[in-house]
This record gives sequence, structure tokens and C-alpha cells, in this order.
Amino acid sequence: MTETKREPLIHITKRASLPWYASWGIRGAAILVALIVCAIICVLTTGEKPLRIYGTILSASFSSARRRWVLLQNIAMLLAVGLALIPAFRMRFWNLGGEGQILAGGLATAACMICLRDVCPNWVIIVCMVISSIAAGALWGVIPAIFKARWNTNETLFTLMMNYVATQLVAFFIIIWEMPKGAGKIGIINQKDMIGWLPVIGNYKYLLNIIVVGILCILMYIYLNYSKHGYEISVVGESQRTARYVGIKVERVVIRTMLLSGAICGLTGMLLVGGTDHTLTTSISGGRGFTAVMVAWLAKFNPIWMIMTSFLLVLLQRGASEISTVYGLNQSFSEILTGIILFFIVGSEFFISYQIHFRHTAKKEDIRRV
Amino acid sequence: MVKLSCGALSQYRAEQRTAALPFAVTILCVERTTTVSENIPAVELRGVSKRFGTVLANDKVSLEIHRGEILALLGENGSGKTTLMNMLSGIYFPDEGEIRIDGKPVVIASPKDAFAFGIGMIHQHFKLVDVLTAAENIVLGLKGHLDLAAASKKIKSICDAYGFEVDPQQKIYDMSVSQKQTVEIVKVLYRGANVLILDEPTAVLTPQETDKLFAVLRNMRDAGKAIVIITHKMHEVESLSDRVAVLRAGKYIGSMRTSETNAQEMTNMMVGHTVTLNIDRPDPVNPRPRLEVKDLTVRNEDGILKLDGVSFIANSGEILGIAGIAGSGQKELLEAIAGLQPAEHGSISYIEDNGTQEQLIGKDPLAIAAMGVSLSFVPEDRLGMGLVGNMDLTDNMMLRSFRRGHSIFTDRKTPMHVAENVVHELEVSTPSLATPVRRLSGGNVQKVLVGREITSAPTVLLTAYAVRGLDINSSYTIYDLINRQKEAGVAVIYVGEDLDVLLALADRILVLCGGKVSGILPGRGASKREVGMMMTQIGGKKSDD
Repeated sequence: MTETKREPLIHITKRASLPWYASWGIRGAAILVALIVCAIICVLTTGEKPLRIYGTILSASFSSARRRWVLLQNIAMLLAVGLALIPAFRMRFWNLGGEGQILAGGLATAACMICLRDVCPNWVIIVCMVISSIAAGALWGVIPAIFKARWNTNETLFTLMMNYVATQLVAFFIIIWEMPKGAGKIGIINQKDMIGWLPVIGNYKYLLNIIVVGILCILMYIYLNYSKHGYEISVVGESQRTARYVGIKVERVVIRTMLLSGAICGLTGMLLVGGTDHTLTTSISGGRGFTAVMVAWLAKFNPIWMIMTSFLLVLLQRGASEISTVYGLNQSFSEILTGIILFFIVGSEFFISYQIHFRHTAKKEDIRRV
Repeated sequence: MVKLSCGALSQYRAEQRTAALPFAVTILCVERTTTVSENIPAVELRGVSKRFGTVLANDKVSLEIHRGEILALLGENGSGKTTLMNMLSGIYFPDEGEIRIDGKPVVIASPKDAFAFGIGMIHQHFKLVDVLTAAENIVLGLKGHLDLAAASKKIKSICDAYGFEVDPQQKIYDMSVSQKQTVEIVKVLYRGANVLILDEPTAVLTPQETDKLFAVLRNMRDAGKAIVIITHKMHEVESLSDRVAVLRAGKYIGSMRTSETNAQEMTNMMVGHTVTLNIDRPDPVNPRPRLEVKDLTVRNEDGILKLDGVSFIANSGEILGIAGIAGSGQKELLEAIAGLQPAEHGSISYIEDNGTQEQLIGKDPLAIAAMGVSLSFVPEDRLGMGLVGNMDLTDNMMLRSFRRGHSIFTDRKTPMHVAENVVHELEVSTPSLATPVRRLSGGNVQKVLVGREITSAPTVLLTAYAVRGLDINSSYTIYDLINRQKEAGVAVIYVGEDLDVLLALADRILVLCGGKVSGILPGRGASKREVGMMMTQIGGKKSDD
């Protein structure tokens, strides 16, 4: 074998497959490397001890019972939006309108709480909240879907624009319903009589939301993997031509799935407004419509894995704001750390699918002929 | 026993090869480094290996390509022909081994390097910009001042030298497939290629166009160029090539002069054991009209007329072959019958055994199935239409049957048994039923698709290019399956591109020309020339010779 000088230093080949422990090993290593890089940056820019900073990140979520509950609540809400997005994403319909769909659901909820409070009994109001929020979210989701199915419009742009419409609509109603007059915002709705507030299980304010999302997660897993609808969604996502060839009505599946996606976002809006916040602001979704996109992609559109990816993102987010207050650092410093960690996690996927060969190495690996 | 004898044969051939190329060659290399000798191969591969993951695509392959010679590179699918040639054209980089050009070791790290060494490859899928002219495409990417007039002149001179016909000013979108291919060939010659590699160049050509291409290739050979042609068609190898080299499972098996071998021997070397090369054609079983197409006219999405007043009857227990140049309306015809393509006018009637007729036009696949018409369709685009590449075998079997039952949940057990049966009966080689079908080789993908389509016991079977890209073994499995369907009384419509196969397999041949029926011939006794003429001209005028 003759060696030549101009052989490329590295070449990249696709891996056949990796056992699960190897791929998780790579992911673990990526997080470790990310933490080391973060530590170096911490020391260089702030002089703080990195381990103390990491400790603070963890304590932000775990140091007290209240914090642990808030952590769970945040995971549940992020997961709920993620669960709404994955049926659409599996269909290769890029629903970036989670924000708008949540707002639509929240708006419908607030409307029920404010307008029906003197009209019907509390339980009727809550039923109305559930139904109307689901309907409002579904409506916000299905409009882009209809346009996509009929005229093949770009769903990414369309759903994004629907977010702005929803924000403005909420802003408009906030002025109408402002409390007290001139405040420019809606305070806590029905603070005295708690009409339209979702029931609290025991003393745990967030438990209901967490249970609802937990059930939703299991149902979504079953729906996507074992139902005929779920199968149709996968086929449409993989190849619309194949779907038509076997007689699946693609337009119908797109519309049906976006109804579902919007409905779950709407329900999330209801859980936020009726269950925890009891008010309506334009920022009630807290950017979850977009964060959930990342949660869904990191979990490869698997509802169960999404519990872990939601946990990771919420942990980092909460840790980030904690660092900025404890050390008096800028909020953007903690966002840099979050960015680095996510960069390494996403980047590690490359090493799971591909293998890098350096010049003259890896010649005598196990070669199996297939 | 058969395997043994063939192994002995290839060993014999390999020995003969080393004996036929004595040490003189290497000595010549050393002595005459400046002048290029006739005996030094234009390109020499020495012990080249390439691995993809755990798959060894090429295993220490050594091969010589000589000037003034047409080398046919033979091998079944997945035997590593294209991988090997891609390493010459700079698309892949070998894991080990050496490439020598004119006796000197070289490194080809990119397609640019390959061009610098005068190696040009014409791929199966053309890489041309539709809205540009031939001349613009040919100079595209070249450095220096853009002078189209000078380029046109040079193109003309290349065409004159080898007998091409190219209009440098013609836009690519106005060209036929054969013209596009000519542009591709001129493009590599324009860049000074001395070694031309053609990957299945005749797959898209009519017999007449193939003859033209071969004439040009012979001219180029006579002008001292080295030509490598990858093909599956034995008669082309025999009529065109000077030498054949055979690969099997990534290994170099041997090479020999074409004049000293025959199709049977070459096939045996490729496959590794003896195969019979005759296609069966059992007599039609009790043929009765099953599908009547009357005056069918179809426009595609862009409003272009693809089928124009097509009428024919397909009988049960019979194979109706459809011949025609690629894009003459074959796809639209099958899709219209399958309910995937709206028709402008005309009728497609399904005739049941008791004589009742049902109209298929205006119905989608679901509605057709709901009528109780069992219609199976093996489309041209296997992974883009017939199957879902990322899904496993079981889920792909489910595509046709998942709606069964009233449960909202899918039943995966039945499709799993179907998958097991297909794998077992059609000898699909797959690691498991849970393997995504895109990981399977072309032949196995097609077996899965055909297997699924015939599982539903169809009464009409539509197949489009059922053996395209398949190796000999898989092709014969598919012919056999189709014949068995015919014997079971199925009306088979077989769209094919290899006229030799169509003439050997079909009971009747319908020739399409520009969306019209050029004629319907009996399969027994029709000549290739006759069919070829009808493909290019309605009715196939026999004016010239």
C-alpha cells in the first residue's frame, strides 16, 4: 500500500447504526464537554468558580419544595406545547404558531371567566372554558392548514403571522377588560370569588396541570404510534405521493392533524390562564411556542423522550435567571451558557450519524461483509 | 457443484489475466516514463477498497482501463461497480489502494482532480441546467473568459470528430433524453476527458438512439479514448465492448476479451452460479376482456397533453406489454387506471367475470377498492410512491391494509405475517422485519413492493419498469412472479423499457408514441426493429431500409 501526501486529512462516512449505549455515551460526553467549555468561559469572563455556578443552576430548580413544584409545572407546560407540535411535525407541517394558538386558547378562557361569571354556575363556566379554549386553539391552527391543503401556502410563514394576529387581538381585549380602569392590563381575574379558576387538588396548586399533561403525553404516544390516524400522519409526513397512492386523503389528514395540534395549544392556554396565572397578558405563553419546537426536535418527535428534553430546557432556563440574580450577572450571560450547552447537544447528533476517519487510522476495525 | 466450477473458472481467468500481462508492462513503466506507451493502462486501480460503515463496497479491486478500448464493467446490484467508478471520478475517496494514471500514482480527491487527469463520468441522472443552452451548460463552471462563440466552435469540432449531433444554441428543456445525454458526453470531452465512464447510458434510450450512441462510442475508441460502460444488458456488452471485467460482492472476479466469451459465461461469473437466461412465456390462460380503455385523454398538472385518445383492451390471464420512449405517457396511463390521475375524457371500464362493467374514471384508489375491484399497482418510483423508505417492512405491508377493521388502532400482526411470507417466499434478504426498506438493496425493495401488491390477490396488476436497476437474479424472480400472476388469471399490464424483455415476456405489445397508440402487436413474432420504429413514429413507417 502506497501512502500519498495529498490524501485528505479527514473524511466523513455515515454510520450503519450505533447501539443505544454508544449513542447515549456520545450525548453524555457532549454535555460533559459543554460543561467544561462553559466553566472556562465562566472563569475567563466572571472569575466565579464554575462549580458554584453549576450548583446555583441546580439549586434554582431543586433547593425548595416550591421550586421543585414550579420546575414540574414549567416542564408540564412546555411539554404540553411540545405534544401539540409533534403530530404536525411528524406530518412535516412546521407549525410555528404555538404562541398564537396558546394565546387564542387563553383569550377564550379569559372571555369565559369574565363574561360568564354572573351568568352561570362555576362548573358550567369551567366546562365552557375547556370547550371554547380548545375550539379557539383549533381554529387558530386550522386556518393555515386549510390554506396549505387548498393552495399549498407556506405553513411556516402563515403560522408565524397568525401569532402576531393573536397577540394584537389579546392586546385589544386587554384594553377592553382592563382592571382597574386605566391600568392597561387585566389584573387577577375574579380574585375574590375564584370563579372560573380550575380546582386545586389538595394543597398543590400545580398538580392538576401536571396530571392533565401527563395523561395527554401517554395518550399522544398511543395516538401517534398505534392508531390509524397516527399511521396516516407518518405516511403523509414521509411521502405525500405514497399517501395518495394508497388512497389517504392528504388534505383531510393535514386539516385534521392541525385541528388537533391547535386544540392542544388552546388547552395549554386554558391551563395557564385558568389553572395558574388567572390573568391574561400578551406574553402568557412565555415563548413556549418556540421553545417547544426545540424540545420536539431534540426528542425526535417522541412524546416520552420529550419529557426529558423539556426537563433539560426548563432546568437551564430557570438556572439561567437564577445565576443572573445571585451573581448580579447580566441575563445574557446565562443565555450564553444555555446556548453553549444546546449547541453541544445538537452537535452531538452529527457524531451519532457520522463517523470521522483521520488519515491512516481505523484500518483494522471489524469489517463485516454484508 | 455449480459454484465450484465457476469459482475454478474465475480463478482460471484471473490467472490468465496475470499471465497475459507479463512483467514487461511494469518494466515499460519504468523505462518509458515520458512517452505514453500503448501498453501502459490509461488508468490502473491497484488493491482499491472502499467501506461504508460495516459494508465493504470494494474489496481490494485491481482493474486496468486501456486506451482505444471499450471496457464493459459487469456486476449485479450492490457489487460495487458504481462505487468503484465514483472513486475514479473523485466523488468518493478510497480507504486503501492506489490509482495510477499513465503509470503514475495519483490522488483523486475531488471531481476537479478527476477532470485534471482527464477522467469524465456520465451519470445515470443528468446534471444539466434546463433553462440554459447546450453551449452554456458545457462551459458552466469553467474558469476564464466566457466566450460562447468560441465555445460553440469547439463544440462543433468535437461533434464533427466523433459524429455527435448537438445544436449549441438549443435549450436543454427542448431536448430529448438522448440529446441531453449527448450534451453530457460533449461536456466531458470539452473538458479534455480521455477516459469516459458511462453509468447505464442506454437505460433511457430507444434502440435507434442506442445504435447511434454506440457508433459514437466506437468512434471515440478509435480515436484512442478509453471508455468504461456500466450496463446490465448482455446483448449490449456483446455488441459494443472489447473487454469485460466482472465484479461480484465488491470483489474483482476477472476480466476477458468479449470475443472469447458469451452471455452465459459472463452471467455465471456475475452471479456466482449458473442461471438460465430464458424468459418463460406460458400461453394465456382463458383470456377474457378485463379492462377496457376507450379514447382516454389525460393532461398533466401543467396542462400538457400526455395521453391522446388511447384505446385498448387488457385481457385476464395475459400480459399486455407497453413499449415507448420514456415519457410517452406510460406513467399517466397507469396512474389514470389506478385512480391517481384525472382524465380529460374517455372511459376506463372494469369488466367483471359476469360481464358487468364498472367505470373507474373519476374514482380515487379508495373508491376503486371500495367497489371491490382488486387492482394492484407497482409504480415506477418505488421508494417515493410505492413504499415509505423510512418505515420498516411490516409498516410498509400495512400501507394497503391498515384501514381494515373498525378499531381506531392499527393491527400490526397481520401485516407482520404478510411481511414474513413475502420475505420467505420471495427470498428477500433483510436483516429483520424491522429494517427500514430504504436500507435494502434495489432488488429487495422491489421484491417487497411486488410481494405486497400481489398479496391482495389482484385481478389487475399494473407494473411500471418492474426490473429497472435490478440485477439478473432479481429480474428473473420478478418475471417469474409476473408470469405466475398471469397464470392465475390476472390481467397484467407491464410497462417496460428493455425491448428484448418485452418481446420475450408479453403476449401483446402496445406501443405508445407521444401519448398516442402507435400500434398493438402480438408479442410472439414481433421484431425489435418494428417496435423501435413504432416508438418513434405513429404506425412505424418502414420508409428507410
